[in-house]
Amino acid sequence: MNCRTKRLLRIGFPASLLLAALTSVGAETDVKAKGAKPSDPAIVGEEVAVLTQAPHVPPPIKRTHPTKVIIKLEVREVVRKLSDGVEYLFWTFGGEVPGSFMRIREGDLVEFHLNNHPSSKLPHNIDLHAVTGPGGGAASSFTAPGHSSVFSFKALNPGLYVYHCATAPVGMHVGNGMYGLILVEPVSGLPPVDKEYYVMQGEFYTMGKFGDPGLQFFDQEKAVDEKPTYVVFNGAVSSLVGDKAITAKVGESVRIFVGNGGPNLISSFHVIGEIFDRVYGEGSTTPTLQNVQTTIVPAGGSAIVEFKVEVPGTYILVDHSLFRAFNKGALGMLKVTGPENLLAYSGKEVDAVYLGRQADAGSAAEKRVLALEEQMQQAIKSTPAIANLTKELQVERGKQVFMQTCFVCHQVDGKGIPNQIPPLAGSDYLMADPERVIRTVLQGLTGEVTVNGKQYNGTMVPLNNLSDDEIANVLTYVKNSWGNTAQAVKSDTVRRIRSEAPAPVANAYE
Amino acid sequence: MRALRNIVAALASLALGTMASAASQPPPGMALVPAGRYAPLFRGEKDPKEVVVNAFFLDVVPVTNAEYLEFVKANPKWRRSQVKRLFADENYLKSWIQDLDFGAANLSNAPVTHVSWFAAKAYCAWKSKRLPTTAEWEYTAAASPHRADGANDPQFKQQVLAWYAQPALSNLPPVASRGSNYFGLYDLHGLVWEWVADFNTAMVTGDARGDTGLDRKLFCGSGSEGTNDRDNYPAYMRYAFRSSLKAAYTVHNLGFRAAKDL
Repeated sequence: MNCRTKRLLRIGFPASLLLAALTSVGAETDVKAKGAKPSDPAIVGEEVAVLTQAPHVPPPIKRTHPTKVIIKLEVREVVRKLSDGVEYLFWTFGGEVPGSFMRIREGDLVEFHLNNHPSSKLPHNIDLHAVTGPGGGAASSFTAPGHSSVFSFKALNPGLYVYHCATAPVGMHVGNGMYGLILVEPVSGLPPVDKEYYVMQGEFYTMGKFGDPGLQFFDQEKAVDEKPTYVVFNGAVSSLVGDKAITAKVGESVRIFVGNGGPNLISSFHVIGEIFDRVYGEGSTTPTLQNVQTTIVPAGGSAIVEFKVEVPGTYILVDHSLFRAFNKGALGMLKVTGPENLLAYSGKEVDAVYLGRQADAGSAAEKRVLALEEQMQQAIKSTPAIANLTKELQVERGKQVFMQTCFVCHQVDGKGIPNQIPPLAGSDYLMADPERVIRTVLQGLTGEVTVNGKQYNGTMVPLNNLSDDEIANVLTYVKNSWGNTAQAVKSDTVRRIRSEAPAPVANAYE
Repeated sequence: MRALRNIVAALASLALGTMASAASQPPPGMALVPAGRYAPLFRGEKDPKEVVVNAFFLDVVPVTNAEYLEFVKANPKWRRSQVKRLFADENYLKSWIQDLDFGAANLSNAPVTHVSWFAAKAYCAWKSKRLPTTAEWEYTAAASPHRADGANDPQFKQQVLAWYAQPALSNLPPVASRGSNYFGLYDLHGLVWEWVADFNTAMVTGDARGDTGLDRKLFCGSGSEGTNDRDNYPAYMRYAFRSSLKAAYTVHNLGFRAAKDL
């Protein structure tokens, strides 16, 4: 109709004639729509499709014949949560992202009603990949706000198909959430399973960074550069976690209809801790692969995955392009309840220190290495000459630390500065409590302190930038110099105290 | 771009120079849009790359509820209860309370919406004006606050785009609530869509695929083929919006403003 009108306009028809042309062509179109459609003898009966919102899937089709299915889908532009404190004006099929799940049977005749809500700012349409015909229904379903379009198609090919809006600018309509899945069951149906779920990935491009609060606007530049702010399952960060996780019981078979709306990224769909028993690649209704770890879901494509859950626990759904999962939101959960299955998965049986050897734990070689190690330790302890050597090494190394870090205040001779810096040489404070002095180095010391009967009131800064070894060595040095003698300070002791110590005193410099 | 602006300026001065000065004085409530060139977003293979837009007058703001009320008072056949269904769908003036009452007084200066192309055209004729063409409207709307051609102004583009990221308001704000553009016109972006005379010339939505180069340009695949500015998302959306309309359609955020020849 518009085509004709356009031509009329081009050749400069007067407006009155144009008006007449508009009306008559409109009438002609109506007649054609009602009268010209051939009837299909195979079609029996009529039903209205049950539509569900993710993660739910309409029940399997029990019919054994094709029928006329009426699908009514409403387009709405709605503000919803994209993440905690983050809102976005989503353009949706059915009020949510992803759009409603539709389930029909191969051979069905679908009468599709696309209703664009009156509050919409924009016209929208729908391109169903399940439709055979130019545009997949896009041209026939192009609908202004507050209007409705109807078109029909026959489901010729079984499969799991993406549908999306195809109104210019297409990428922006899809990038704002306009996609969903339609399943065309094969004539023979899909094998029965215990649980079916609907999970669809998509990206969002916002002006603000990930997590920036408030209503976020679409960022065209990020979209063109294919650098999403959010990559999510089912329309929002955390839409499939906690209370909203999908569930199953041990022993049940699970089927996930996985879609990817894009608009740009290809998903590497993976369930952590599961192996897909069967993958129906790219939305085929015939299994294409068995025993798959990660399956590709193209932008504007789908996959069906099936697996039996054997072990209770939480299974994480991710896009295995992992920064999308852990930094942009592409993460969901499957919670499996039921009795433990220790044959399939033991849980943690041994929690042991691993010393980094090549030999297998518990092997004869490992045991022999451990025995020799123990023998060496005993030999060192029972031979004072060797034991002293390790202490001497610490003293030498500790001296280097002292000459870099400590001598400015405590002086090379360890005598400190009268009335300002307490001495280390012959210091009762230093030698009294072996752990206190470690804490002093780690946390610093502020305020009054009495050393050898004299009061000092200054500040020693925390030296927690020194390593455990460096602190052990420098303390071994000062406790064995200038007439002091003591046992070596062990690096393990420093490590323990560091882990116990409260955070360094913030006002050490104040 | 600079060259284009120079052409625009030259044409403008040419137009001004050849016209009688009385004729180029804008009528009340209108502004002069100087002549210029406009590159259509979509065009057929044989269509010119640019079209000349002659100087014209354009309403400074969209037609308001109060102005439209005067029109229906004077023309009873355009009242809500009397309009022919052929010329306006069942949502015509839906937000009004009744035939001669647009509701709360603070809506008097809000743009009238839920009006059909036929109704808008009749209003313009009643005012001895006409609807602007797509070329005139797009050429005028390309102006940012400070430049006749806002195409290379990212801030301006982002402001235009922001309207689409905000939820639709149930009550529209008054016209001229925000700043004017280079030509002294208000609300070309960010308030309502606007009817143009040739709203349905951009594309074919029927079944006649492949018969012209314009076919299906706003859909997948051919969506960006042959467009002069594939990054101009707001322009895509305006073309898509116009193409979704029929002349009797009314939409809650679709209004209009009138144009007039010099």
